[in-house]
Amino acid sequence: MSARRSSAATRTGLRGSAPLFAALGDETRLRLVARLCEGGPQSITSLTIGSKVTRQAVSKHLRVLRGAGLVRDIRRGRESRWEVAPQRLEIARRYLASISERWNERLEALRKHVEEPQQR
Amino acid sequence: MTTTTTDRIQKQVLLRAPRARVWRALTDAQEFGQWFGVKLAGPFAPGARVRGKITHKGYEDYPFEITIERMEPERLLSWRWHPYSVEPGVDYSAEPTTLVEFKLEDTADGTVLTVVESGFDRIPLARRAKAFEMNDRGWTEQLKSIERHVGTAV
Repeated sequence: MSARRSSAATRTGLRGSAPLFAALGDETRLRLVARLCEGGPQSITSLTIGSKVTRQAVSKHLRVLRGAGLVRDIRRGRESRWEVAPQRLEIARRYLASISERWNERLEALRKHVEEPQQR
Repeated sequence: MTTTTTDRIQKQVLLRAPRARVWRALTDAQEFGQWFGVKLAGPFAPGARVRGKITHKGYEDYPFEITIERMEPERLLSWRWHPYSVEPGVDYSAEPTTLVEFKLEDTADGTVLTVVESGFDRIPLARRAKAFEMNDRGWTEQLKSIERHVGTAV
């Protein structure tokens, strides 16, 4: 029962991450993310320098990445600057990992409590 | 065994103690407080809101509050709470809760305890992000404390 439930939940999770994988399944986009990670927030002009693709193409790829929640644009004056966005899935995973660790710790404390001879 | 999706956590442990013993540790407010690290004001009863204060070092005076849902003696205990409601000055009452379920089963060696906490996907993402930021700090403290404990006790 629990296996069925958890695999259904896994499917939902995978469906949710499909746009993420699609967004990263392109070399140009991967390179853009890497540049934003290394160089911090940048304008399209700066991201186009040294790139094999046009400014319009960079702009289009950034919008795809934004749709997947991977990057976001911050408008400053007339020009937009782009930066890597905190990833939804990553937040959800890290949150659960930390909750999970807490339960490990609590259950270990419970184990000691019930297995060891009682002492007050 | 650990099952993890983004909505639920499931843990299963074998406790070398009879079911009655485990049940008491889970539902007697004073015993619960000893292993969970909380000082509780009231007894456990279905529908009861149990309040208390965390006694863990570094978390003293953080509020603890659960609402008991079901109690089936030596079989099932469940409660609802706001996971990680430790940010000072934040009112969590309007936010969704998670459900925590403890299931007890007999085994030749003692009791198999299954803990499921579910409903995380409804917790606002910003809250979740904040929680692990705080937890990273908390864990550094925990590790130091474990180091001290292991260093002296073993």
